[in-house]
Amino acid sequence: MIRVPKLAVVLTALVVTAGLAGCGEREQVIAYQQGKYQGKPDTKPWDSAPGDSLYTSSNWTKGDKSSWESALRSRNQSQNESVRIGD
Amino acid sequence: MARMKFLCDAERCIECNGCVTACKQENEVPWGVNRRRVVTLNDGVPGEKSISVACMHCSDAPCMAVCPVDCFYRTEEGVVLHDKDMCIGCGYCFYACPFGAPQFPQAGAFGMRGKMDKCTFCAGGPEKDNSEAEYEKYGSNRLAEGKLPACAEMCSTKALLGGDGSVIADVFRDRATKRGKGAEVWGWSTAYGKPDQQAPKGGKS
Repeated sequence: MIRVPKLAVVLTALVVTAGLAGCGEREQVIAYQQGKYQGKPDTKPWDSAPGDSLYTSSNWTKGDKSSWESALRSRNQSQNESVRIGD
Repeated sequence: MARMKFLCDAERCIECNGCVTACKQENEVPWGVNRRRVVTLNDGVPGEKSISVACMHCSDAPCMAVCPVDCFYRTEEGVVLHDKDMCIGCGYCFYACPFGAPQFPQAGAFGMRGKMDKCTFCAGGPEKDNSEAEYEKYGSNRLAEGKLPACAEMCSTKALLGGDGSVIADVFRDRATKRGKGAEVWGWSTAYGKPDQQAPKGGKS
């Protein structure tokens, strides 16, 4: 009977283990995750008062989003020629 | 809730570049940077069509998705903006954008580009509204003045519409119905491509 040295058995086991470790199946595609904005906070346009700028031409209540939106909606109608010059 | 959108009517655009000039003047955009430009398809061929193109402020913006430093944000009114203090000028957003909107002020050695610049829907950026810092980095903040983008307001033929998506869609639908053709809107479904936000159907083309 052939006697195998213990060291050889241990070494073989280590080599086999290390070799098989590379056979694992892992996902190769990066799963995209939406990042979060990391920059400075911005102010809302309706938080400015109409008089804050020299060139304001619309009227809304400072801090009131809906009044700012309706001011913009009415200004938007200047791009509608049916309203500006009629049909 | 207002969702700010641009819409260009290819039946009306006469390639005058008034929108480009208005944008340049309003925001003092540096030489070599074009936040807006006019593209002509089949130039010189009868039936050529022109469209004014800038950032479409996409509902699901690819520039936001690819930015490695997450310097983009979307405002409550649907405008896609970015923080220039964070931008590293990598150019990923330029490759990702289907409209070629991101612009870079430098073209030097070693691919140095400088901070990205793009259309802000005349909404400035993350600085105090209408401050000098905001104007220098991002240009004019017309939304905080109760105005709409200079390009759309200056358009002589009103081909370029800009403002609340529902309002400009109504304007366009009415127009397309009356003339009976040209209801397709270039880039609309690419930028805002949700089934419930399709281009308004107004007539046949």
